[in-house]
Amino acid sequence: MSKNIKFIQGNEVCVEAAIYAGLDFYAGYPITPSTEIAEHLARRLPQIGGKFIQMEDEIASLCAIIGASLTGHKVMTATSGPGFSLMQEALGYAVMTEIPCVIVDVQRGGPSTGIPTHGSQADVNQARWGTHGDHSIIAMTASNHQDLFEITVNAFNLAETYRTPVILLLDELVAHMRERLIVPEKGEIPLVERLRTSVTEGVDYHPYLPREDGRLPMSDFGGVHRYNVTGLYHDMWGFPSSEPRVVHGLIRHLMDKLENRAGQIARFKEYHLEDADVIFISFGCAARSALHVVKNRQQRGERLGLLELQTLWPFPSDIVREKCAGARSVIVVEMNMGQVLQAVKMAVDEPQKVFLANRIDGVFITPSDILNILRLIQGKGV
Amino acid sequence: MAVKDYIRERFFPHLWCPGCGHGIILNGMLRAIDKLGLSKNEIVMVTGIGCSARIAGYVDFHTLHTIHGRALAFATGVKLSRPELNVIVPMGDGDALAIGGNHFIHAARRNIDMTAVIMNNRIYGMTGGQFSPLSGFGITATTAPYTNIDNAFDTVELAKAAGATFVARTSAYHVNEISNLIRKAILHKGFSVVEILSQCPTHFGRKNKEGEAADMLRRYKEVTTPIGSKAKKENPELIERGIFVQSQIPEYCSEYDKIIQKAMKGQ
Repeated sequence: MSKNIKFIQGNEVCVEAAIYAGLDFYAGYPITPSTEIAEHLARRLPQIGGKFIQMEDEIASLCAIIGASLTGHKVMTATSGPGFSLMQEALGYAVMTEIPCVIVDVQRGGPSTGIPTHGSQADVNQARWGTHGDHSIIAMTASNHQDLFEITVNAFNLAETYRTPVILLLDELVAHMRERLIVPEKGEIPLVERLRTSVTEGVDYHPYLPREDGRLPMSDFGGVHRYNVTGLYHDMWGFPSSEPRVVHGLIRHLMDKLENRAGQIARFKEYHLEDADVIFISFGCAARSALHVVKNRQQRGERLGLLELQTLWPFPSDIVREKCAGARSVIVVEMNMGQVLQAVKMAVDEPQKVFLANRIDGVFITPSDILNILRLIQGKGV
Repeated sequence: MAVKDYIRERFFPHLWCPGCGHGIILNGMLRAIDKLGLSKNEIVMVTGIGCSARIAGYVDFHTLHTIHGRALAFATGVKLSRPELNVIVPMGDGDALAIGGNHFIHAARRNIDMTAVIMNNRIYGMTGGQFSPLSGFGITATTAPYTNIDNAFDTVELAKAAGATFVARTSAYHVNEISNLIRKAILHKGFSVVEILSQCPTHFGRKNKEGEAADMLRRYKEVTTPIGSKAKKENPELIERGIFVQSQIPEYCSEYDKIIQKAMKGQ
């Protein structure tokens, strides 16, 4: 059977996967290295009856997709570091109002303008804590095109399941790299469609009253239920409230709906973890080099393993702790100053055995970079 | 229907101060909607932040109370994704033209079919009386204690220059004009702007010695005049009321439908 095989750029994989997942509304603003996502969608969306709009800035882009999500559409925007910074207030609004949307941040060097055309993985904490106030968030990533396709579809599924914004934290290297993608057949990856209320016209609909399973059925704007959506603390009708009981309940709900399901949300891949002496923890582009080291050294009989994280937030602490329990050392491989390192140290029982292998100069971290640090940690010198 | 049939009584009392002009504008807006005979289900009201923005909670439509200055950006997403809905965006002067100024000019430039209602009381009321980009030179505000040296925008001129295809202005004193102009703005196919001069006796009036609400309303009667009136010729200082622009150019959502047809044909 001939398969649909493509040789394409990571940004284009994201586009095709989003369409596969049901994307039909995109708003965005050009910024390197995410621009190809907008360019491809400007061409692709109208072909399937969807809508593409280039907004005046990144703030307006996220606001516009939130508006479109409320009318019942699957929506996405894409940007990079500086644009992601601009989106933070609207991101908090989507969290607070529980509106499904997918935000792609193709990471580049920062802070500020940094290096637009070079790779970095330094927005991990911005994805988690960029918007103000207590909240939880989902952030996903991938290291190769086949995974990227599935993770992108997964991001849309999670956004609908949990009524939340989901951040796809890509990096310049994977986004601009070209490699093979076998496009999954229709139905091969299950899709989660929006859960709509079964409450009929004339019956009081509560947009913010969770069901027993924690999910909140939605009603499209323009439909038979007219309700209020606000970024203020609100009650089950969506009306502003400053009543302490309501405020407390809302914050707990926003945290718990994701943090209590971190295990279910977690996606990861593992290589040779069973008897590993040294475990690498990595994600995105850096995981490619870590995997290379593991495969290469395994052949020489070294007991190295890799835990590749695809869900970064909520951080899969239980999984990391359990997988790392038997290892003599854990090396976090990432292209930043240790953002995932901190989360790993908090997760494991012996934080003193966790080390960092990183590069922060815009250059892709190579297997030999990782090997050099491994030798240091093993006391073998450089 | 009566005006109260469009109100969410459950959520009253409202938070506007006694004498505030915003209630008059809300009433005028609801009378316009009633006259048009629109179904409540086909109206989406999108607002930002400020006294004016609270209007969203009080009306029985699909209501989206968003973040400061960005109402038009949210509204653009609502409208483009479901063009059959009527999208009305009430904003305050700071909300629309300071923090939201960029979204305002771009919505106007795009000519997307929405109605922006700017409730202009020349002050940030909710935060306690700071000057806005519509306050103007010489006024007093908590952030202009020695008088304001910032010049004001002229909303009408700004909207015209940005490409809005329907631009009108009136005041809270002229209640029938409010509902007439908003009705025409909603009917207009394209981006429509209605500026309504409103009074904030609590902050603007008090700081600038304009008296109480009734005095401020009376003042709007005195300082405004219909477009092209004899009074205007005699006293160029008067602020004109009426419809300044009403033109037809291709509307954004309709044009996007043509893009879809083009793209599908090329398949």
